[in-house]
Amino acid sequence: MPRGLSTAFAIARKDLRTELRTKESINASASFALVILVLFSFAFNLERDEFYAISGGLLWLVYSFAGALIVNRSFSRELPNDCLDVLVASPAPGWAIFLGKAMAAFVLLTIVEAISLPIFGLFYNIHWMDSAGPLVIIILLATWGITVVGAAFSAVIVNVRLRELMLPVLLYPILIPLLIAAMGSTTALLSGEAMTGDNFSYIRQLIGFDAMYTALALYMIEFILVM
Amino acid sequence: MREKAIWILGLLGALAMIFNLHTVFLNLPDEAMQGAVYRIIFVHVPAAMNADLFYTIALISSILFLVKKNFLYDSIAVSCIEVATMLVLVNLVTGSIWGKSQWGIWWAWDLRMTTQLMCFLLYLGYLVVRPAITEATQRATMSAFIAIFAYADIPLVIMAIRLPNVRTQHPGAVLENGQMAPMFLPPFGIGILALFLIASALVLVRLHQETSQREIDSLRRELHAI
Repeated sequence: MPRGLSTAFAIARKDLRTELRTKESINASASFALVILVLFSFAFNLERDEFYAISGGLLWLVYSFAGALIVNRSFSRELPNDCLDVLVASPAPGWAIFLGKAMAAFVLLTIVEAISLPIFGLFYNIHWMDSAGPLVIIILLATWGITVVGAAFSAVIVNVRLRELMLPVLLYPILIPLLIAAMGSTTALLSGEAMTGDNFSYIRQLIGFDAMYTALALYMIEFILVM
Repeated sequence: MREKAIWILGLLGALAMIFNLHTVFLNLPDEAMQGAVYRIIFVHVPAAMNADLFYTIALISSILFLVKKNFLYDSIAVSCIEVATMLVLVNLVTGSIWGKSQWGIWWAWDLRMTTQLMCFLLYLGYLVVRPAITEATQRATMSAFIAIFAYADIPLVIMAIRLPNVRTQHPGAVLENGQMAPMFLPPFGIGILALFLIASALVLVRLHQETSQREIDSLRRELHAI
């Protein structure tokens, strides 16, 4: 394994360990997801079958809100005691620091999603177990997109006033193509449509988004961290 | 010198715009299918083209800033993005008016409109976040990063009506497929030129403000040092 990659895993492990000991953002994110799921049930007064038509939209709104809470802490976690300066000064390459942060956020968001998916199915009577395999692929692809872009912007705004407010302003517009694809494919999947034609092109859109922004973020992050 | 350039560009742009409006409203006939409202194309499309041009200049100067760390490039980028975002707003509003008249609705969520709205929101985010960063180097670096990320949307906007298997309500690229009558071409070209001249003048005004601001900031720092 190249040295940078093992550094990235070390940073991801460190982030996950800190987070699982304090449970700062994961608790906030999971309970926020739960609250939003409850609120949606009042927002839409629909028959059971009609819920399938908006299921993907509901699920991904919840996930993207929860994701913003997770990635917000990605880099700002390092601010106390000047930990970020130490990380940047260490021999670890910038992309490895970023990749580690993104991987940790990815795992945390996946945990939140794994908690809220059964609750979502339960509240809205949606049988997601029948299509669990493809659904997991969609969730993993889109979650990586959210966390890689989110972690990049978390690094950008780490020193900004009101960063909790600024992150969503930057993050959601850039996530639009990803969310369109994730919402569309999830709705199609849960409604029992075949994943061919247009529905399959959603998957391609997810992969393309992930590849493009991962490459862009990994290449650019050095400029952001080293200033 | 710069002030003279701003005046000349602005005046030429205004003259071209007045000349063009005269041609468009008084000399050109109504279009066969759409009636009078088609005239929006002489503002709508030039606004989008100029916006893309200035976003591209902003992208190049953002990259140059990251490479050379010269603050002039940062000032060029922010000036271009402010003016281009205004042009995108013009594009969205005129498009919406045309849509109301032709489709009966103000907004349709098709690929072209969604990507263009996304472009507006992305650069709006740039303009909102920028003043929140106090330290100058940091502000310029972060802005450059956001500008490069946001630019990824522009090819999507341009391709949105050219992809073969995308269903879109937005009219096709009439310039490329030759569906535009030859008599509409000169006002269309002058429309692009007029908006380019006006936008360039505005960019220069903003650039002037940015450089003065930087000078004031450095004087203030010097004063504090004393």
